[in-house]
Amino acid sequence: MSRSLSPRAKVVLYGVLMVLAIPFVFPTWWMVTSSFKPVSEIFAYPPALWPSSPRLEAYQRVFELQPFERQYFNSLYIALVVTIGTMAVASLSGYAFARIRFRGQNVLFLVVLAGLLIPSEVTIVPLFQIFFRFDLIDTHWPLILVPIFGAPSVLATFIMRQFFISLPVELEEAARVDGLGRFATFWRIVLPLSRPALGAVAIFTFLHSWNLYLEPIVYLSTPEKFTLPQALTQFTDAYGGPMWNVQLAAASLTAVPVLIVFVLAQRQFIEGLAHTGLKG
Amino acid sequence: MSTTSTQIGVGRAESRPTPARRSFWTSRRRDHLAGYLFITPQLLGTAAFVLIPLVLVVWYSLHEWNVLAGTFTYVGGENYQSLLDDRNLPAVLRATALFSVGLVTVNLSLALLLAVLLHQRLRGTMLFRTLFFSPVVVSLVAWTIVWGFLLQDNGGINAMLRLVGIDGPNWLRGEGTAMWSVIVVQVFKNVGLNMVLFLAALQGVPSEIYEAAEVDGAGRWRQFWRLTVPLISPTILLTSIITVIGSLQVFAQIAVLTQGGPGTATTVLVYYFYQQAFQFHHFGYGATLSLLLFVIVGALTFLQWRMRRRWVFHES
Repeated sequence: MSRSLSPRAKVVLYGVLMVLAIPFVFPTWWMVTSSFKPVSEIFAYPPALWPSSPRLEAYQRVFELQPFERQYFNSLYIALVVTIGTMAVASLSGYAFARIRFRGQNVLFLVVLAGLLIPSEVTIVPLFQIFFRFDLIDTHWPLILVPIFGAPSVLATFIMRQFFISLPVELEEAARVDGLGRFATFWRIVLPLSRPALGAVAIFTFLHSWNLYLEPIVYLSTPEKFTLPQALTQFTDAYGGPMWNVQLAAASLTAVPVLIVFVLAQRQFIEGLAHTGLKG
Repeated sequence: MSTTSTQIGVGRAESRPTPARRSFWTSRRRDHLAGYLFITPQLLGTAAFVLIPLVLVVWYSLHEWNVLAGTFTYVGGENYQSLLDDRNLPAVLRATALFSVGLVTVNLSLALLLAVLLHQRLRGTMLFRTLFFSPVVVSLVAWTIVWGFLLQDNGGINAMLRLVGIDGPNWLRGEGTAMWSVIVVQVFKNVGLNMVLFLAALQGVPSEIYEAAEVDGAGRWRQFWRLTVPLISPTILLTSIITVIGSLQVFAQIAVLTQGGPGTATTVLVYYFYQQAFQFHHFGYGATLSLLLFVIVGALTFLQWRMRRRWVFHES
């Protein structure tokens, strides 16, 4: 396929790529620029690509209408805790399934893998009931415990296991001959070698938690406890109509920091996410 | 796990000479213990958050459960009968099938097209790869809200159409256009993932094959269908499985863009389940609907896995 192209073919190709890029780039552009426009200008005709007189009013309203800084903090700390917890749980069990021989290993691995096949919607009614019993509804515990220990971490375990299998075993054998126990071998020898896999797991786990929508709206009911995706849909006027510029400002605050990190570390993002085949 | 200690106690008669340390804790036993300890968090989590809920959901489906009234009565197969009698369900399943088929078709074709374009020898393809991929990292609800705004009757897309003299419809309120709007929004959000997977697959195809085909006089189009597609078929299968399963779980997009409307035109199974369980508080019937989702996902995965023999050229 990759043969050199004629200059004319190149021009055509660039043109096609640029047209195709519009629906991928334009919404983000529109979101950010429109958040600086007054409502009247958002719906102005002809549409303006740039705010005529940029103003920060919408951003002020974001924090007035909702405890947005609190909600931002909620999303951030939940995603961080879930990411670190998942890395710990998944690398431990991924290592055991890859390297340690113990009875019932294969059966237990299959049992864990079952989590991959079960959509989270299937278990959410009983999970709601379980957390209700423990009086944990309208707390962040369900959003933290289930992803770390339940089905969402299974994909991470699988990725870690595949990675550990691909590592040469000699280093670990040498470490064990030197008298290192299993955990010390894992902690001091294997984990430092596992940065690529851990990075991939960290990226998709963080994004998964950051994007979670069904679970927060099922478990949470107090605005102070909301996470960002849930909060974004709450900017409505007295008649339930969306307040577009405020909503777009809040959406920009949610999306732009992640986009900046993505641009800085795009290789890790793209390869990490592609290897995990995340559905988002 | 309660079995852990017993299984270690049973151990296995040592087949090789006992190591230097002559204690009960031979290295093999220590290894067994380490293995169990390493997987304990995951195993407990699977039991508590996957297996027990799975049993419970079946149990719930056999009950009439009204949370508001506080009633929980055994009704046997009544919820399953309601499933058959539910007059909304055919429309819901139709919408679900339309969404999945539409999404997979559009997503995979666009992903393949983008991958082939980016696979050409051309400067700047990395920049375009980044652009096409960027929506993947944008918060799903933020992305959906922006599109929801663009697709308004007086929103950005119709404004642009008007510039070229076209009077666009009210995309999200029209029976025919609502579903395709949701599909397109979702495709642009996530097609970058499949694109990258296809790109990696294309890069794995040895170029000598094309040279040989060229010698045999096969045109580019023919090469693509006869060589490229079969050679990357494992990736096509993988991406189609991931995309189908993902498509069955679409929720936020529907909740934000259409709330299942107009009518039930975009009420897919997950959204209908959410309405029944968490808006109308029919937990028993909701549990039954979620089991239906489970069965559909399981059956599709199984089917696609079986099909790999038929149309996948080789297994990696």
